[in-house]
Amino acid sequence: MAPKTLFEKVWEAHVVDEADGRALLYVDLHLVHEVTSPQAFEGLRLTGRRVRRPDLTVATVDHNVPTESRPSPILDAIARRQVEALRENCEIFGVTYFGIESDRQGIVHVIGPELGLTQPGMVIVCGDSHTSTHGAFGALAFGIGTSDVEHVLATQCIWMKKPKTMEIRVEGQLPRGVTAKDLILGIIGRIGVDGAVGHVVEYTGSAIRALSMEGRMTVCNMSIEAGARAGMIAPDATTFAYLESRPFAPRGREWERALAYWQSLPTDPGAAYNKTVVIDAGTMEPYVTWGTRPDQVAPITGRVPDPASLARPEDRAAAERALQYMGLEPGTPIQEIWVDRVFIGSCTNARIEDLRAAAAVVRGRRVHPRVRAMVVPGSTQVKRQAEAEGLDRIFKEAGFEWRESGCSMCLGMNPDILRPGERCASTSNRNFEGRQGPGGRTHLVSPLMAAAAAIAGRFVDIRTWDWDE
Amino acid sequence: MEPFRRHTGIVVPLDRSHVDTDQIMPKQFLKRIERTGYGEFLFFHWRYRPDGRPDPTFELNGPAYQGATILATGRNFGCGSSREHAVWGLKDYGFRVLIAPSFADIFFHNCIQNGLLPAVVTEEAARAIIDRARTQPGWRLTVDLERQILSDEADLYIEFHIDPQARERLLNGWDDIDLTLLREDRIRAYERRRPKWLPRVSQPSGT
Ligand code: SF4
Repeated sequence: MAPKTLFEKVWEAHVVDEADGRALLYVDLHLVHEVTSPQAFEGLRLTGRRVRRPDLTVATVDHNVPTESRPSPILDAIARRQVEALRENCEIFGVTYFGIESDRQGIVHVIGPELGLTQPGMVIVCGDSHTSTHGAFGALAFGIGTSDVEHVLATQCIWMKKPKTMEIRVEGQLPRGVTAKDLILGIIGRIGVDGAVGHVVEYTGSAIRALSMEGRMTVCNMSIEAGARAGMIAPDATTFAYLESRPFAPRGREWERALAYWQSLPTDPGAAYNKTVVIDAGTMEPYVTWGTRPDQVAPITGRVPDPASLARPEDRAAAERALQYMGLEPGTPIQEIWVDRVFIGSCTNARIEDLRAAAAVVRGRRVHPRVRAMVVPGSTQVKRQAEAEGLDRIFKEAGFEWRESGCSMCLGMNPDILRPGERCASTSNRNFEGRQGPGGRTHLVSPLMAAAAAIAGRFVDIRTWDWDE
Repeated sequence: MEPFRRHTGIVVPLDRSHVDTDQIMPKQFLKRIERTGYGEFLFFHWRYRPDGRPDPTFELNGPAYQGATILATGRNFGCGSSREHAVWGLKDYGFRVLIAPSFADIFFHNCIQNGLLPAVVTEEAARAIIDRARTQPGWRLTVDLERQILSDEADLYIEFHIDPQARERLLNGWDDIDLTLLREDRIRAYERRRPKWLPRVSQPSGT
């Protein structure tokens, strides 16, 4: 048999039918949230259709739930309507729903893995572009629009044109203080925001294998920021250890059978990718974005670039616009950029390991008096775990706000937004204009770098600090 | 869905690359539970100033571009969030065709699902179209999906590219769900051979 890539194996195992150059793929897990689903359920109602597999569908509320406290009902009337609509739809269509009061509530991309719903070899979809996160387990996971959400609800299948494959091989070791977040920012900085359009990326190499599941999820999460259809990492002992004994993971003999299948998934030696990029992990640094696209990044030791120095006219114009929006002068050292706000949260970096890393930097230190900083755990489970470990106290004693779980200031659909002109060090994934609030200025960084920025009031090179890893 | 064959309309230029869906439809308008009525919020923060008045420097607000149905723009249009609200907004505003050197994957797919034509042209062709729309406000273009040609009343004649399968669906106005439901027997057969150990949410193995 010809050698195959991880992606090809998962793809082929899910083809239900083929027509006109597209495949109809079977979906093993459909995650649903309140923002991109109401119109899909409405479509089902209008056509008298049902949810084909409520047992493979899970809904939660994350995007516009308040995180300061949990008032019931939610105060914002429109958000309340959307959350209520999801609860009602789940009731009517028989879908499992983790509501605001559930201890399984959280950001969809955090709860899928932590409940053990996300498993190797699956096809996973959600009406959300960061569904790519689940690829960290060797699943084929991608975001879809609302029409497709309706399609999956009705048929449990999705049409897709076969994407091309791209290998991003990261060899070597990440230096101390350089995290999975820095690695993916470094990669996007190198290949650009459309560097992987039309491709499913597989991350390979010794530096990827050395990452924890949390780190792998951070990397796969941001694949979409390079335009990729999905990101994947081959399952291995790290994956299996993470999954074992999670609530929805198989048990006993079923675990053995699953394991045997999962072990067959990694890319065969000699399998070909359409494209390969090789990265030396040792050259990675802590990165900070300076612009309004995730590929506008500079190392912490660098400076805000001068648009005039960019080769392509298109990049020059975009950089000029970005600097104007961000209120930055060309040539400013990154370490001289002051911040007003710090946000540690989002599906990129709000898992337990991220909070542990940030807390290690914060321990025994104080948030800078000019800065307002908050930690928003990725799920209610993460919040409880962190509290059991005493991380909440470390953050609160340092002057951080400690919140309930949700997307919060990653996109500011709830009351947490930046004011115009406010500058934020954020562990999220998008620095688009107005993402965290109209006129707000977002700099993407790792949890370590965000924690340090909260203390120093500006960006600092975490590598020069002492902290207990 | 209404089939798409041929369309003639005014072209509005948006000379930017990597326009993300957060700009096309900002988040504060995603709280609605309807599929319609998004046109007035399209490009909200570019279109309106903080005081709520239209920003005269933004292309869509130019008097000559009122009633435009074709948007010509830079590469990687529609990147970022998967929100279909961006496509609903473009359609509701009146757009029937988008022209760019490339589109982001999820966004492209959302366009097809809604009968909005994303026409792919070369960087040079996109530049020529943007320049013409800019220097001749009110300029009209005819988009022929059957022949995959863009043409004006003067000498412009450009071939555009679109995935053949997407083209077919637009031409026929096909709805994906109908297509899929025809394959019920295939889906059932697949379900029969699907491994039993895969998780079901209604029966966690822990309970
Ligand atoms: S945390 Fe941010 S990026 Fe992740 S799902 Fe929520 S809004 Fe989207």
